[in-house]
Amino acid sequence: MPQSKTVRKTRTSDATVGEYESPKLLIPVTIERDHVEGLSNAPLTLVEYGDYQCPYCGAAYPEVKKVQKELGSKLRFVFRNFPITSSHEFAEHAAEIAEAASAQGKFWKMHDFLYEHQDLLGDDNSIFACAGELGLDVQRLAEEGMNSTYLNRIKEDFNGGIRSGVNGTPTFYVNGTRYNGSPLAKDLLEAL
Amino acid sequence: MLRSTRKKHAKSRRETKSSGILRAGSKAPNFALNTTPDQKVSLHDFHGRPVVLVFYPADWSPVCTDQLSLYNEIMSEFKKFDAEIMAISVDGIWSHLAFSKDRKLTFPLLSDFEPKGRVSQDYGVYKHGIGECGRALFVVDSRGIISWSYLSPDGVNPGADGILSALENLNNKTKS
Repeated sequence: MPQSKTVRKTRTSDATVGEYESPKLLIPVTIERDHVEGLSNAPLTLVEYGDYQCPYCGAAYPEVKKVQKELGSKLRFVFRNFPITSSHEFAEHAAEIAEAASAQGKFWKMHDFLYEHQDLLGDDNSIFACAGELGLDVQRLAEEGMNSTYLNRIKEDFNGGIRSGVNGTPTFYVNGTRYNGSPLAKDLLEAL
Repeated sequence: MLRSTRKKHAKSRRETKSSGILRAGSKAPNFALNTTPDQKVSLHDFHGRPVVLVFYPADWSPVCTDQLSLYNEIMSEFKKFDAEIMAISVDGIWSHLAFSKDRKLTFPLLSDFEPKGRVSQDYGVYKHGIGECGRALFVVDSRGIISWSYLSPDGVNPGADGILSALENLNNKTKS
């Protein structure tokens, strides 16, 4: 959604909403902590709070890829964890596996693999078998994934998201402002 | 920096309040609404504790479902403030029961069904002609006074940040 559309007037027949300002990203992007794909000093930033088991996130995944391809070096894409565990029983564990892969320098490979194979969530044997093909140390991945080594980090992402107004998954922030439009590439590109 | 940004954000949200919705400082109208076919919940039941009231247009609609699932996910955050959360729509109790079971909701859904929308009207969030309430949030303090209210645009899930900031402010006031 273009910046100009983030402030708008909306009316109901009785209850009236005044000027609406979309929430801001309260946890700034940092190269040291965040998972960043693209140039760290790129002029445009797209942040996603996502859940690996969420079908809408799965549908948004190729759209983000299209956006990245279109904008190239102008865009940095940031992914933060927001597993809705009461609806998606495997989401938090999937996030743990992705974070464990990050410890081996392969976050994005695992992130992409999980979104491309959402049907495998809950089947660790299959995921770990594929992790070996991605060049990961499977034993370490399994240990860290099973021992909740990175659970605190995931909860930090989640709590930061709540404070920034994440309202479901996926939630995107375009240059620091919550994006309320559709997660289609053409709409995201327009907003960026 | 985080704190100042949050304050600024909180201010911008306060400024979006409508003329119809009850505002901070108003006494929260009491109600007694069914949460099961034979059980009513009254606002007075929670006197002495903060209460979060979530008015939403309809069971089963996509935005409402996301919104309530989110609150369900962060019940522990509300508990930190000893706050009770309850959601209200004009749907009948049987729809509420099925919806709650399907989404595994752990807080009560109240049925503003008969007289239709009466409580929503009392809070200034009923939409005549459409026959639903708006997507509105209220934080009521332990004395039954509204300490924060917010009406979200149709189709926009308001999230939980405003609620948690309001509960924090309440907590800070109580301590000072």
